[in-house]
Formats: sequence, C-alpha cells, structure tokens
Amino acid sequence: MKYDIEKLKSKHKLLKEFNYEIKPVEKGYTNRTLYVNISTNDIKEKPVSEEMKEKFTGGKGFGLKLLWDAVNENTKWNSPENEINIGMGPIGGNTNYAGSGKSIVTSISPMTNIPIDSNVGGYFGPYLKFSGFDAMEIQGKAENEVIIYIDGNNGIIQIFEAPDEAVDSHVLAEQMVEMFAENEKEKQHISSVSAGTGSETAYIGCLNFSFFDKRRQVARLKQAGRGGTGTVFRDKKIKALVVKFSGLKGNSNNPVDQKTIQKVGLKLHKEILELDDKQCRMRQVGTAHLTEIMDEYDLLPTHNYKYGSHKDTKNIASDVFYNNFLTKGYPDGCWFGCTMACAKTADHFELKTGPYKGEKVTVDGPEYETVAGCGSNIGIFDAATILEINFYCDTYGLDTISFGTMTAFIMECWDNGILDKEKTGGLDFTWGNREDALELLHQIGRGEGFGLIAGKGIRRMKDHFEKEWNADRKFMDDIGMEAKGLEYSEYITKESLAMQGGYGLALKGPQHDEAWLIFMDMVNNQIPTFKDKAEALHYFPMFRTWFSIQGLCKLPWNDVEPANNAEAEEPAKVPEHVQNYVDIFNATTGRNIDKEELILQSERVYNFQRVFNIRMGYGNREHDNIPYRSMGPVTIDEYESRAERYDGQLKEKLGVDPAGKSTEEKVKILREFRESEYEKLKDAAYDRRGWTRDGIPTTEHLKKIGMALPELLEVVKDKQ
Amino acid sequence: MKYLKTYPEKCIGCMTCVDVCSNLYFKEVSPEKSCIEVYDKDNDNFDLSVCNQCQTCVAECPTLALTVNKFGVVMVNKNLCIGCYACVAICPTDNMRTHLEGIVPFKCIACGACARECPADALEIVTED
Repeated sequence: MKYDIEKLKSKHKLLKEFNYEIKPVEKGYTNRTLYVNISTNDIKEKPVSEEMKEKFTGGKGFGLKLLWDAVNENTKWNSPENEINIGMGPIGGNTNYAGSGKSIVTSISPMTNIPIDSNVGGYFGPYLKFSGFDAMEIQGKAENEVIIYIDGNNGIIQIFEAPDEAVDSHVLAEQMVEMFAENEKEKQHISSVSAGTGSETAYIGCLNFSFFDKRRQVARLKQAGRGGTGTVFRDKKIKALVVKFSGLKGNSNNPVDQKTIQKVGLKLHKEILELDDKQCRMRQVGTAHLTEIMDEYDLLPTHNYKYGSHKDTKNIASDVFYNNFLTKGYPDGCWFGCTMACAKTADHFELKTGPYKGEKVTVDGPEYETVAGCGSNIGIFDAATILEINFYCDTYGLDTISFGTMTAFIMECWDNGILDKEKTGGLDFTWGNREDALELLHQIGRGEGFGLIAGKGIRRMKDHFEKEWNADRKFMDDIGMEAKGLEYSEYITKESLAMQGGYGLALKGPQHDEAWLIFMDMVNNQIPTFKDKAEALHYFPMFRTWFSIQGLCKLPWNDVEPANNAEAEEPAKVPEHVQNYVDIFNATTGRNIDKEELILQSERVYNFQRVFNIRMGYGNREHDNIPYRSMGPVTIDEYESRAERYDGQLKEKLGVDPAGKSTEEKVKILREFRESEYEKLKDAAYDRRGWTRDGIPTTEHLKKIGMALPELLEVVKDKQ
Repeated sequence: MKYLKTYPEKCIGCMTCVDVCSNLYFKEVSPEKSCIEVYDKDNDNFDLSVCNQCQTCVAECPTLALTVNKFGVVMVNKNLCIGCYACVAICPTDNMRTHLEGIVPFKCIACGACARECPADALEIVTED
C-alpha cells in the first residue's frame, strides 16, 4: 500500500451512521433521494413523486428542484443552506449506450450567485443510483473536515471526521480507493468526489469524480469544472464523498425493454468503431482533435480571444499529444460501455514544478478546452506545459477553462500596462510566460500572493483593479471574457451572431454546452435570418439540456454521425441519434415519448432554471449581456488583423465606405452595428422561447409547458 | 494458439455442431445460442463462422472480463462482465455473440465438442504458434 491507511483511519471520528433499505432500481429510477446535513448530521431519504419525475425528469432537473427548496432569494454561495447536489437521470448508468455515465452537480455558484450545473463523468453518479438514490443533496457546513461514505452494498451511510487525509485530488482519490476497497476487485467499485487546496481560496473550484482504471491501476479523475462547485464543497469542509457499489450489471437500471437498449447501443458501438477514425478521432485523441480545426477556421482563442489562430498552433496540435504523451490502445471510457472512449491520458508524466515536482503522474486529458484555454489563449504553445497546468488544475480542484480565460485576461491587462510586477508581487505576465503562469497556479494552490486575487475570477479582478489601481473599467469590461460572472469557454464568436447568443443566453453563464452554432451560422450559413437563429437558440439549448436531465454525455450525439447523416432532412440535429435517445428512454422507463416530448421535458427544466435565476436576482435581459470582445474587435490592432473582412462588412452590411476613415472610426461604426444586432437577437430568441422582452418566462408559456407551479408564478407574476 | 478451424467446403449443413454447442452452453437446442453459426451460401454450400481467437476484443473490455488462457483462447469471466457489448461491436468476425434473454455475451472457447460430433470432418481443433 502506498499510504498508511490504518493511521489515517485511526483519526476518524464517526459522527453519524444511517441504515437504509436496499431496493432494486425500477425502470431507471430509485424513486428516492438522499439528504445529508453536515451541520446537524441529519441524514434522511426523500421520496420522489410521479409529479417530480414528470416535471423534472432527473439529473440536473432533480438537483435544481432540491436546490430551489433548500435556498431562498438571499442565499449566497457560502450560506449554510446552499447545497451541493448530485443527480443522475433515468437512462444514466446503463452500460450499453455510449456516454451514459454522467453525474450532474448543481449548487449556487460563487462566480455567478445563481445556480450552476456541471456535467461530469466518472463512476460516482451511477454507483449512487444503484446504491439506492436518484440524487443526493448535501446541506450545511461541517465543523471539522468530513468524509461522507455510502456503502451501497450494505445500505449504510456514514459521516465521519477525517482530519489527516489529503486535500489534493490525485492523492485523495487514491487514498479513498485503498481505504474502502477490501480487495483488488473492489477497487473498481469505489468512486469519490473531491476538490483540492486551490478550491479553498479560489472561486473557480471544481470537483473531481474518480473512476478506477484497472489497467493503469490508478484512480483517474473527471471534472465538474464550471462555476465553482469545488469552492462550495471545501467551504463546507467536505474532504470527500465516497460510494461503494459492487453489483453493477448490464441491466442494473431494471429497464422495461433491455433488448432494445442493447440493440440500439450495439448499433452505436459499431458506428463509432467504423466511423470515428474518419470523423472526429475521439478514440485516438479525444476532444483535443478540435485544436487544429479551430485554428484553421480562425476560431481558436489566441491572446485572450483577440485572434483566432497562430503560427505555432502546430506545437499544441492533437498529433503532438498523441505521438509524444498519450497512452494508446486502452478503452478510455469514463463510464463502462463508452466506446467513444475520449478520456485520454498521459501516463508517467514527470512534473517539473510545484509541490509534486519530480513525481510521475497520470494526467487526464488534455481536453480541447484546456489546450485552448491554457495554451493558445495565454500564448503558451508547449504541450508539456499545458499538461502540467492541466494536472495541477485538476488536483488543486480548479477549472481549467476559468483558469485559462482569467489568465488570458491578466496577460492582456499586463500588455496594456494595467498590471506590473509591483501589483502582481513580482510575477511577469508577458504572453506565453509559462513559468509565471504555473507559479500563479501554485499561488492559488497555496492560497497566497496574486493568486488570491486572480483565483476569484475575472469579474472580481475587474472590481479589484479598478478600486485599487484605478484601472480603465470600460476597457476591462470589453476584454474581460466573462458573462454573468463566469469565464467564457474556448471559442471565438466574433463572426457568429448566433453563437454570441449561444454563450450570452446560456443560463449558467458562457459555456458552450447549451448551443454550439458556429459552423451552422458562420461556416455553412444555414441560419441566416434572426428567425432562423432564434429557432436554433431554442431547439439546441433544449435538446442539449436533455443530456443533463438523463445522466448522459453529449459527445456521442454528434461527435460521431451515421454515414448517411448528411442526407437527413436536418443533419445538424443528427436525427437518427435523436431517435436512439427516444428509443432508449422509452425502453428504460416504459413511457412513450416522441422527439417533441423529449424537447418538452427539457423545456420544463430549462424554464425552471431561468426562473431560479430571476428569483436570485440575475435572470433579466441585462444579465444576458456579453463583453464586446466576443462580438467584435475591441482594439485597433485587432481590427487591422482582419481589416479586409471588417472593411468588407462595413461596405456590404452597413453601406458605409471604409475608404478615408481611420481604424478608430471604423471600430466604432462596426461596434454600434454589432451591438444592435445582438440586442435584436435577444428579442428574437426571447420571443421564440416564450419569454418577455426582458427575458422573463411568461405565465402563459409556463402554463403551456406544464410548469405553472405556484412558486414559479410567484416569481414572474409582477414581471410580465 | 488453440482454435476451431473450419472447412466449409466439407460442411453438409446438418447443424449438428450448432445443436451440440447450444446444448452444451445453454442446455437447449437453439441456433441463437450457439457459438458457431452455419450459413446457407447457396444450394448445398455452407459457410461456417466461429471465433478465431484473434484477441481484438480483449483490449476493448473496460472491466478486464476478457482474458487469454494459456492455450491462447479468449475467455469471458461472467462475474466481471457488465454487458456493455463493446467486445461484440469490435469483433472483426462478429463471433462474440449475444442472445435475446442474456446479458453476458458468449463465444467459442475451442472445447472441441462440435468437432468430435461433426459427421463431415468440417471442424477441427488445431494449435498454431
């Protein structure tokens, strides 16, 4: 054993033990949720009603419903009544359909003060469900460090003090496996949730969900990255949640029609195995295949989203990781039966910096977002540095997307004289300075220096820089790539109005999981009118919400497509795969939905979340505003880098002759145009969604979708 | 490596191998539950399909339920299998099999029972390096 587990255990103090009856899952549901309060050490089961299933379906729907009932309009992220909720959906946990093992975390976010939802792989959610609970909510704050342990084999839940276990996730996840597995075989039956030392002071904290890899003999980690859930977790003094479940079978969901699920799953397996090499190469390099594609289309965030490509992108392209770092030939799914297998790893990676310098570790990823955010966007074109940042972000419990985007903001502030060494405590944020980018990360891990300021995210940095150093607020608002308080994920949206809406209208803040419309809009010109864009901003956010109410991954929907997909009526929707989802939902639950009702299930939860935002004070039109950097060129050199394109647009779209005009004048004219276009887009999208022009769901719309719940009507009635 | 070698040109389509195999595995006579399949190619000509122990499936299993024994034969550990069918999908000859009532896939383990009963000498257990 690597760790002295007995010594760690000797310091444990049992605070509460709760026994529950083990019951089989019925048609994808356990029909109960688990409530744990770590202030009072109260543990109880809550029944799941048929109405709850009808209105909220599962996953983030259940998480948000439980959260709504737990908080009030004054709740802050660190209020004791705030919760960390983890939900599964009815389809989730099946082992036949690729991408069926996602857990969804919900909480009030320290970044945005509204609900965050984050979709994550690893085994925790499915094991939690098969242990007996559709969702788990954790309320309160522990006095001392605690671990919550769910023994799904014996129906026992324990809360105990755990003072000596590690905080950083790559160590803690290993300790949990060694502590709770009674033999080699059981190691794969353990999954933990943990954060890291960075989550203790930074607001960009993430949660790591573990899954034990038998071939590598290591507890690997997947991240619920966005919105600071790790920060809430550590504020509650939770070290880890641990579940053990040993009885996983192909029919653990107890579906009504196992054969259909097997048949549809097998069809997708074969499609992936036959076509992935020719399409997205997810099995080879994972999502990192996007790096070179985004560069080619001028969409790769470079130097804080100022540019969309770079001559050195070849140094961080997917083949560099594939040829030099990634372990090949393993089934890299983050849940059983996922043949898309995109969870790549670099094994035996030797760390060059930080507290674990010299250790050889397994680094999960890098995902595309990490390569872009912690690479090109901060001017780092070195694959090993990106892996090092990736590793430390994960183990410190920090979101790689927010870390990348906020460091890009810092570097542009440095570039413009807003920051200097005096202000940063000696750190030099010249583009591409990998030593100091890593040192910033270690400062966040240690909770000291400039890291304390930076780790709070862009919105709070802007406040700090303005208040303390009189920095130009307007410029920072223009270049600070955050909306609703959350950092942007890693795509350039300047030339795609629809995608500006995809980010700006996203409920939790600018994350691309609601809509990714850039190619439809900018490259293929399939949605030219406002009406078309509004329809896309209705359909895709609703459709994609469905993954998170079912416990599914989005990737097998359109990162592999049937060979004849292009011939389908609406290829962007991948209709054959939509039908797969309808079929496996019906085969699991015994219900009989069609693709329209699928959208309705999402629409209920989506509108509930919007009203939740309004309830917390941040769900109106003004909160869907976005920084100008995401709409168009902020600076002179930015305009001039694409002068031909912008001059052409002035002529063709605005009827303005650019000849004789200064770049400054042209920037201003283009800006007025693009900002007005974005406002028109909001109008069109709100109309299509059944919302007022202030972004409030109308009472009629809530009635129409079956969500005229008294608590929702109470929030929106005076805002119609 | 030990495997069941087939000589389809000798096959007379009597289905004895299928009956023997399904009876041995599942205690019933059913073509759906046999590790070997007999196809009608055309009049009086048949194709035989069975696992050639190529081991492609082994690397795909997420639970290490598939192993290679000392004879080079791929074995399914029913206790470890979680029925994901990744092995079924990746099998280049479609010989990791499933049937309607089961969760765990099944395959030929080169036991030789069918070869012993074949009246046409169309099946043979062979060992090759």
